[in-house]
Amino acid sequence: MTAILEVKYLEVTFRVGPMMRRQDLLGVAGVSFDVNPGETFALVGESGSGKTTLARAVNGLQPISAGSVTFQGQRVDTLSVREMKPLRRDMAMMFQDPVGSLSPRMKVGDLVTEAFRIHRVEADLQSETERLLSLVGLTMDFAERFPHQLSGGQARRVGVARAIALNPKLVIADEPTAGLDVSVQGEVLNLLGELRERLGLAMLIITHNLHVVHHVADRMAVMYLGRFVETGPTEEVFSAPAHPYTAALLSANPEPDPDKAQDRITLPSEVPSLLARPEGCEFHTRCPWAKDKCRKVVPDATAINGRRVACHYPLDEGARPPPKKEPS
Amino acid sequence: MTVLAIENLNVVFATEGGDLHALRDVSFKVPEQRIVGIVGESGCGKSTLINAILGLLAENGRIASGSISFEGEDLAHLDDKAIQDLRGPRLSTVFQDPMGALNPVISVGRQMRNIQYRSDLARAEKDARSIDMLRQVRIPDAAQALKRYPHEFSGGMKQRIAIAMALMMEPALLIADEPTTALDATLEVTTIELLKDLQAEIGCSVLFISHHLGVIAELCDDVVVMYAGEVVERGSTRQVFGNPSHPYTARLLDCDPARQSERTRQLPTIPGELPDLRRRPEGCIFAARCDRRMDVCAAIPPDIEVVPGHVARCFLAESQ
Repeated sequence: MTAILEVKYLEVTFRVGPMMRRQDLLGVAGVSFDVNPGETFALVGESGSGKTTLARAVNGLQPISAGSVTFQGQRVDTLSVREMKPLRRDMAMMFQDPVGSLSPRMKVGDLVTEAFRIHRVEADLQSETERLLSLVGLTMDFAERFPHQLSGGQARRVGVARAIALNPKLVIADEPTAGLDVSVQGEVLNLLGELRERLGLAMLIITHNLHVVHHVADRMAVMYLGRFVETGPTEEVFSAPAHPYTAALLSANPEPDPDKAQDRITLPSEVPSLLARPEGCEFHTRCPWAKDKCRKVVPDATAINGRRVACHYPLDEGARPPPKKEPS
Repeated sequence: MTVLAIENLNVVFATEGGDLHALRDVSFKVPEQRIVGIVGESGCGKSTLINAILGLLAENGRIASGSISFEGEDLAHLDDKAIQDLRGPRLSTVFQDPMGALNPVISVGRQMRNIQYRSDLARAEKDARSIDMLRQVRIPDAAQALKRYPHEFSGGMKQRIAIAMALMMEPALLIADEPTTALDATLEVTTIELLKDLQAEIGCSVLFISHHLGVIAELCDDVVVMYAGEVVERGSTRQVFGNPSHPYTARLLDCDPARQSERTRQLPTIPGELPDLRRRPEGCIFAARCDRRMDVCAAIPPDIEVVPGHVARCFLAESQ
């Protein structure tokens, strides 16, 4: 199977600081992955890990400084804005803020068919509005509403309708459930799952919510400071996380059960600044298992049971209890 | 001893479309040295409730009936000045957005000194207390931190500074309004653990508002479940989560993807929408979305005590 999206050694740098002391900040630091047709791939990480930047780079919204992005066999990182436009028909984006990503002055009916006008696609807009709204489970009454008259969940549905308007091959969804109540979260995820089956969509989901990933993604990548620390099939990553950061993230999810024993891996200190990346393994400053080698040598991503893990001492069989006292 | 006791509280907002009945007959207690969680989805009245407690309801809002008794005083009938004297020393708050809680143009040290304006201590002594408090919330290099400004700290540290400021006067009750929602998962758990430690040390009570069921389960002794301005169920966290006796609580727990340990493509949801609180339905507030609705639900259900201390507002709840 040929991948629909191929990302190779992608790097994004930002220039920061005052004029005389400009510095390059590496937001995404050499990331490779691919997404197959019909597959859901999730990018997981905490704030500042570079997941949104990566998604924007894939979509051509963020210039890249090295590496390549290939979509349906075509390099897209070298295209100009104008050349990129026709490709966007096949590569739709759902932005983070469900209400904020809708123009407040347009009615829902116009919002869901905006893509037809932008790409000059001849269509009966009235019947398209009907088709799209019913696909996302909204009635035609909504066509006359403005975004401020929608609840968060409804606004998200409109966002989904906009994304799938022109039958894309790939949907990039940035935090599709952020800010939604749990009872509504499920609705949006079920909807995305259904559409994926029905339309054969490939999806790139960006989220910090691991529970969401568990249920929707086929494969996942965990990001830390702009790098992938662990990539692999979702099921396996969840059952036996190999990278200490993955294990810590998984254990940092309080479950709604007061009787669950909590063997938590707590991470000391804060996420380092991207301008002062730690030497060696970049996670060593917070890793409860860090040894001398981790402080000096950068770990390569190695293949372990169908996964790629960037760690010198990957955890076997999931999380061992961390050592009580860290030797320093 | 009870620190805070709310009884049959009703809050009404005057709006263009008529009176909006935001809270209906809300009752619960916060006992001494306990952490009580309030959980509910958007629009359930969590924020209205804490604003009513703090005397910060918007202009068009009023407490129509009921009482909010805090250390023996009824906050519902206290004048602004008297409430202001309580806010800070006895009753303090941590909000969701740590940046919004700190003044960006004043150093942390000065802000922490300013909030001790009621104390007669000398400047240096106040600073010493600030440093001590910052150490307690595990801010590294606390003495230096006083000279720095809020933007120089990360989100998690800012929230810890806000917690330090809230606990500085050793209040009887700390109201924490979604204090960890804006934080990352790994920071969220450390912040919760910190709150737990501080609560035990200071011996205050905490009213913790969150929509995150996992956080509530982990932190709180008791839990109050709210839906559309009503308390539908309350009791000890173990009781309520272990034996949810209101259909809304049960459905809400089901919806949490964390409860589905098996991978599923079809996640449970609660179809339907919140009722319009300007035209509050006569009977059970959850009836329109409830899959166990009966004819009697057209009347307001009684508060049924499942076991002592565990109460559900539903006809289906049974005393054991």
